[in-house]
Amino acid sequence: MERIEYNLIIIGGGPAGLAAAVSAYDQGERSILILERDTRLGGILNQCIHNGFGLHTFQEELTGPEYAQRFVDKVIERGIEYKLDTMVMSIGQGEDGSKEVMAVNEQDGLLLMKSKALILAMGCRERSRGALNIPGFRPAGIFSAGTAQRLVNIEGYLPGRRVVILGSGDIGLIMARRMTLEGAKVLVCAELMPYSGGLKRNIVQCLDDFGIPLKLSHTVVRIEGKERVEGVVIAEVGPDRKPIPGTEEHYDCDTLLLSVGLLPENELTIGLGAEISRITNGPVVNESLETSVPGVFAAGNVLHVHDLVDYVSEEAGLAGSCAADYIAACGEGKWAADETGNSVPVTFSGGVRYTVPASVDPAKVKHWLKIRFRVGDVMTNRRVVLYLDGKKALSKKRRVMAPGEMEELVLTRKLLDEHSDFTSAEIRIEEDN
Amino acid sequence: MYDAVIIGAGVTGCAVARFLSAYTGSFCVMERAEDVCTGTSKANSAIVHAGFDAAHGSLMAKYNILGNRMYPELSKELDFAYKNNGSLVLALSEEDIPKLEALKENGIKNGVTGLEIVGRERLKELEPSVGHVPVAALYAPTAGIICPFGATIAFAENASTNGVEFRFNEEVKALTPAEDEDGSPCWVVQTANGAVRTRTVVNAAGLYSDILHNMVSENKIHIIPRKGDYLLLDRRTGGYVQHTVFQVPGKFGKGVLVSPTVHGNTIVGPTAEDIDDKEGVDTTSEGFDDLMAKAGLAFDDLPLREVITSFAGLRAHEAKHDFILGEVSDAPGFFDCAGIESPGLTAAPAIGQEIAKEVAEKLGLDKNPDFNGTRKGFIDPKALSLEGLADLIREKPEYGRIVCRCEQVSEGEILDAIRRPLGAKSLDGIKRRVRAGMGRCQAGFCSPRIMDILAEEWGVDVADITKTGGHSEVIVGLVKDRV
Repeated sequence: MERIEYNLIIIGGGPAGLAAAVSAYDQGERSILILERDTRLGGILNQCIHNGFGLHTFQEELTGPEYAQRFVDKVIERGIEYKLDTMVMSIGQGEDGSKEVMAVNEQDGLLLMKSKALILAMGCRERSRGALNIPGFRPAGIFSAGTAQRLVNIEGYLPGRRVVILGSGDIGLIMARRMTLEGAKVLVCAELMPYSGGLKRNIVQCLDDFGIPLKLSHTVVRIEGKERVEGVVIAEVGPDRKPIPGTEEHYDCDTLLLSVGLLPENELTIGLGAEISRITNGPVVNESLETSVPGVFAAGNVLHVHDLVDYVSEEAGLAGSCAADYIAACGEGKWAADETGNSVPVTFSGGVRYTVPASVDPAKVKHWLKIRFRVGDVMTNRRVVLYLDGKKALSKKRRVMAPGEMEELVLTRKLLDEHSDFTSAEIRIEEDN
Repeated sequence: MYDAVIIGAGVTGCAVARFLSAYTGSFCVMERAEDVCTGTSKANSAIVHAGFDAAHGSLMAKYNILGNRMYPELSKELDFAYKNNGSLVLALSEEDIPKLEALKENGIKNGVTGLEIVGRERLKELEPSVGHVPVAALYAPTAGIICPFGATIAFAENASTNGVEFRFNEEVKALTPAEDEDGSPCWVVQTANGAVRTRTVVNAAGLYSDILHNMVSENKIHIIPRKGDYLLLDRRTGGYVQHTVFQVPGKFGKGVLVSPTVHGNTIVGPTAEDIDDKEGVDTTSEGFDDLMAKAGLAFDDLPLREVITSFAGLRAHEAKHDFILGEVSDAPGFFDCAGIESPGLTAAPAIGQEIAKEVAEKLGLDKNPDFNGTRKGFIDPKALSLEGLADLIREKPEYGRIVCRCEQVSEGEILDAIRRPLGAKSLDGIKRRVRAGMGRCQAGFCSPRIMDILAEEWGVDVADITKTGGHSEVIVGLVKDRV
């Protein structure tokens, strides 16, 4: 069967896919197709009707749909092609180095396509109850926070009236406020860790402002109710995160919302054979946000879970621009580029869990490179120090760092030039005395 | 007046119904839940046992062997998933090897073919993932795996197509002997919704089969719910194990099995705990810890971080640990299928065939000349060639709308699950038929859409859509409805 050809196919029409498309277009690329599985562009932002988006990108506070619309407008102004209600079933590589995409939708039926470059922008999904091994019955009334958000904000349905929330991820915090405003009583938000996984501003605005208690170092130890949730028992956990007997508290409720982590959705990426990080669950990428499969780029929550959509857009802009460069390097009639260069791994110590990118080729950095990372624990009064060839190249003071807030180091072109031909790069977190 | 009322729409009841529909008569299946396959049949290891384990001479042994031989053909006739993957019983120490010998000997007496004790080297060839502990294994090439939902639904749909009536949400409250107009004996089956008369009753009520039996007989039986916790791993782990891998009971306890499922997941379980509550399907953290520890004896690197869900099932354990089958001596016309625990799923078709024959003989029923023993299963677009898939979507565009992204299930499949005979009414009903919601996000993304489809197809309010019948409504109302 014949394959439809594009230079660039972008999988996902959420904030990452849209920003990547706009950036590739502005770089001069005209043969672009965005594939979106939902009925409209914008991705998960469409159900995020609260404000607080876009402070960095647009210097204003937008709602999720408003933020998405800014990028949708740019896509439409540029006449970039997109297909909605289209599910990508698999991706692979052709013998000629092309990237092959198989998708289905109602109008076109089976879509077989090929491209020079691919951008993965599939986003993430929520960790489910099953992945947590929470014991108990399996009644109705247990929702991931994002599912509840969709039911409330898109469908207009109320998932429950008395709610316990497990996990203090941002969606859970946002839903604590939303459910309260929609007429439900949110009893408590329990967090397994001794710190919250969400942004400070969300704890203040969504819990504190509504008098909803946040219980750190607590977890759900039992779910009651055979048909619908009737109660939930939470208990305090010790430093080993195991429940402490005797600390159980019972809550009468009809709903348990879970906001216990997001997982990059990389089933297609795994099928392609790209290397996946066991820490981020996203593909391992270099400074161009290119995966271990040449010509396949990734950005946004499919790469690593972000706190702020502004950073997703920025990261995706880089992926789009690098994909356009790759396509240019392919040359006429060729489906893959010959890639050369030297790749310096980014190593880390002192509490950093991962970095994106995982390696840097200094020659390929245009104006600047942002290395984003997260720490594994709450830390105060530290310095984030970059060593190039063992020499201190950059040092940044951080009063507080937490796992829930993504960190970044900016490497300017000037800095890279000053340390030309470095062969090692390490990020260390050091005490700030 | 029915010729037979079958109580319970689990795999046994549905198998009886299917084989009974090969005879001429009026038959009804009564089920207390909203769907078929909602009790023990839905939460088990999904194994077609070879039959070396059941005590020689027991009904378990007899029907295990018969059922094992029926499944390959039946799975084709009724179009449900079955795979002959073979099983291994691991010896975890040298001391366990005589136990393998004993199992093999028992198996040969039972009529199991192809049994072989393999040393560690051959074991590693058969099952490369096996860890450093096991020293030998009993290999049973005739063992298999099935989709227990698929099999039960196939039996039920085929029975329904051949004229068997199914009544759901009908819990039997009382059974009383009576006489029909011409003085022949019959039974009155009383439910919350009224009473029906039937010439025979088949008790396939699983965990509740003792309650029904004890309503009519002085020879009391006692079913103990024996709980088993399970862990289900992501399809990504498919291929980690090839065979169903058991452990021989030994110094580490009874052991757990690790098996592939027909859909490519990996299943780990069960624990075994006798409880009082016939509805006590709550899992425990002790159970999870136990499973993980025991599975770790067989495999060094089982990918337990890939758990996508856990569940518990209850086996209908009878004190004598054998099936109780056939007409009850002091209750003529009342046929038991009681104490159906492992290998009950394997035995189900053989039990169904036998009980159907006994009922037909008792009533002198003729063969049903219109009986159609084949059934076409759900179209699985993923199993089609690219051309086949393109043709399907061209003809039926709803197969191009993917609703469940994890399992890649289309709206076409979901509509098929609803529109068939005995169609799905709940989210779990859809899940058991076409796997939407069965995947790694556990219905997070697809449930809002499936609720809408269910509401539209059944013409009900979306607030009435349940997870699994009864009062398991998914939502409680509309936003701000009480503000």
